Amino acid sequence: MSFRILDAGDAALTIEFGSIIDPALLAEVNALDAAVLRRKQAGKLPGVIETMPTFRSLTVFFDPLVTDRDAVLAALQPLIAAAEHGSTTDGRHWRLPVCYEGEAAPDLAEVAGAIGIGEDEVVALHSGAEYLVYMIGFLPGFPFMGDLPAPLRLPRRAQPRVRVPAGSVAIATGLTAIYPWESPGGWHLLGRCPVPLFDARRTSPSLLAAGDRVRFVPVSAQECRAIEAGLASAQIDPMQWLESAPTPAENAA
Amino acid sequence: MSTRTEVEILSPGAFASIQDGGRRGHRRIGVPWAGVLDRRLMRIANALAGRAEDAAVIECFDGGLHVAASGGAVKLAVAGDTVVEVEGTEGRRQLAPWRSVTLADGEQLRIRKMEGGRIAMVAIVGLEPAAVMGSASTYARAGIGGVDGRALGAGTRLALSADADPWDSDRVLAQPPAADTGPIRLVPGPQADHFSPTALDALVGGEYRVTPEADRMGIRLEGAQLEHAGAAEIVSDATVPGSIQVPGAGQPIVLLADAQTAGGYPKIATVIGADLGRLAALRPGQSLRFAAVSAAEGACIARAAETETRALIASIRALPPDGIDLMALYTGNLVDGVVHALGTEYRPLY
Repeated sequence: MSFRILDAGDAALTIEFGSIIDPALLAEVNALDAAVLRRKQAGKLPGVIETMPTFRSLTVFFDPLVTDRDAVLAALQPLIAAAEHGSTTDGRHWRLPVCYEGEAAPDLAEVAGAIGIGEDEVVALHSGAEYLVYMIGFLPGFPFMGDLPAPLRLPRRAQPRVRVPAGSVAIATGLTAIYPWESPGGWHLLGRCPVPLFDARRTSPSLLAAGDRVRFVPVSAQECRAIEAGLASAQIDPMQWLESAPTPAENAA
Repeated sequence: MSTRTEVEILSPGAFASIQDGGRRGHRRIGVPWAGVLDRRLMRIANALAGRAEDAAVIECFDGGLHVAASGGAVKLAVAGDTVVEVEGTEGRRQLAPWRSVTLADGEQLRIRKMEGGRIAMVAIVGLEPAAVMGSASTYARAGIGGVDGRALGAGTRLALSADADPWDSDRVLAQPPAADTGPIRLVPGPQADHFSPTALDALVGGEYRVTPEADRMGIRLEGAQLEHAGAAEIVSDATVPGSIQVPGAGQPIVLLADAQTAGGYPKIATVIGADLGRLAALRPGQSLRFAAVSAAEGACIARAAETETRALIASIRALPPDGIDLMALYTGNLVDGVVHALGTEYRPLY
């Protein structure tokens, strides 16, 4: 295993474990991230503000008035060495409802046509796999998940949409995601997930965390509306779709 | 009659929002820091108003912010190269910038225009908006912070805490910071190796212009073309405030406080923290140049800038008193006298 140290200005640096999407790289990233968080919580990393784990790298943000690049690097070196032996830890498992019907699935027919299979086969493929949450980013609570079954690995749409509705379940470049917010977007929209992925009032505002596993369960448009109504009136707790603990913190320890 | 004291936004001007030092610790779930674009301006505004240095302020762009005190006297302070005007019971008067002022109930303050830059900060005694995820900063994308998670609109009323005390003497920064027109400094990387060998020289040697696409998320520049060595895409990784992303067209975008936390465009360099406020204050059409420094040099510059900011804050002085009992003045129903209370040296001349 190897890594590179990259400068990200005077107040951050990035430890890069590779350049591709690969669960083995993610295991190293998450092992280093967990080790840094433990050191930070123990008060051993003065000036380190926070970390940002991604598919293949960990960016460490620090206050240049308190510490500097060399001091941060010196403190990280043994943690990086240990992270290289990091094994894949099992995150939480989720089963999230998705409506793959009608206006919730504007690109389903096009995707089926592009691959040359039926729409129901696309749904079966997409909901038949278990996905790893590689990272949360781009937008608050936005999960990058993979890997898609081979037939579903399409490039982005030629024409990005100016407006992708919140809750859209999308695929592109071998990955699948759920848009927590209305946003411009270039992915193919296969369905709609009624469960809010981000809520600032929750103790953990992002429903999903890097390392979690997600399966999608097809629901009808009617069921989807019922779930939305139940969530809106607080009759339904989003945690009901959590299949199993551990929590991310235990997972990290 | 007891009413609560409020600041009413009569107009937000071009764009105004509640910001503070920013929201830390949530980039891992896609939440950027937000917070003021120029932390030094915020600290000066808060020091002028006698507030904690990271307390929430109104950050406004391009002038036009117009506010009124309602239900009682309000002390506020403006930092930035502004032309400020107070409309009181006896007409309008211009106010020196870089000072605090106490508005009587019903009086209004307006930032008529910016003399330089495009950002001003208004600190208000008693402005204590609720923190969301550790900060009051408005982050409109997720609808969190500030007032209902949105930028300020006309008619918004900001309730001030009941224990806010506007009677402390007003303060002034007699010698405001001089405009720094030097190059914007950057540290090459993290993906400088995704560009042709000449791209970094082109970035540092060329002149760039700020396009109209400039906001709290980032600033799109136009100038010398930056050629990628291969694909103009990477597997998404973390961005930082100051990241210079270069999409396929070869024109750089500098990310700011509200930018997305991860991105798939290669980042040729990163603007250092000490120069980000200066960059964010450039108006569309203005030009700029970059200079490369090492990460270590960037940290030295950060420490020097901090020393300078502390010296500026330490130089803040109380306005010359003129023997008037301010409490009696504002609680009594005086028609005149308000101007006198502001300190003769800084009284407007028209």
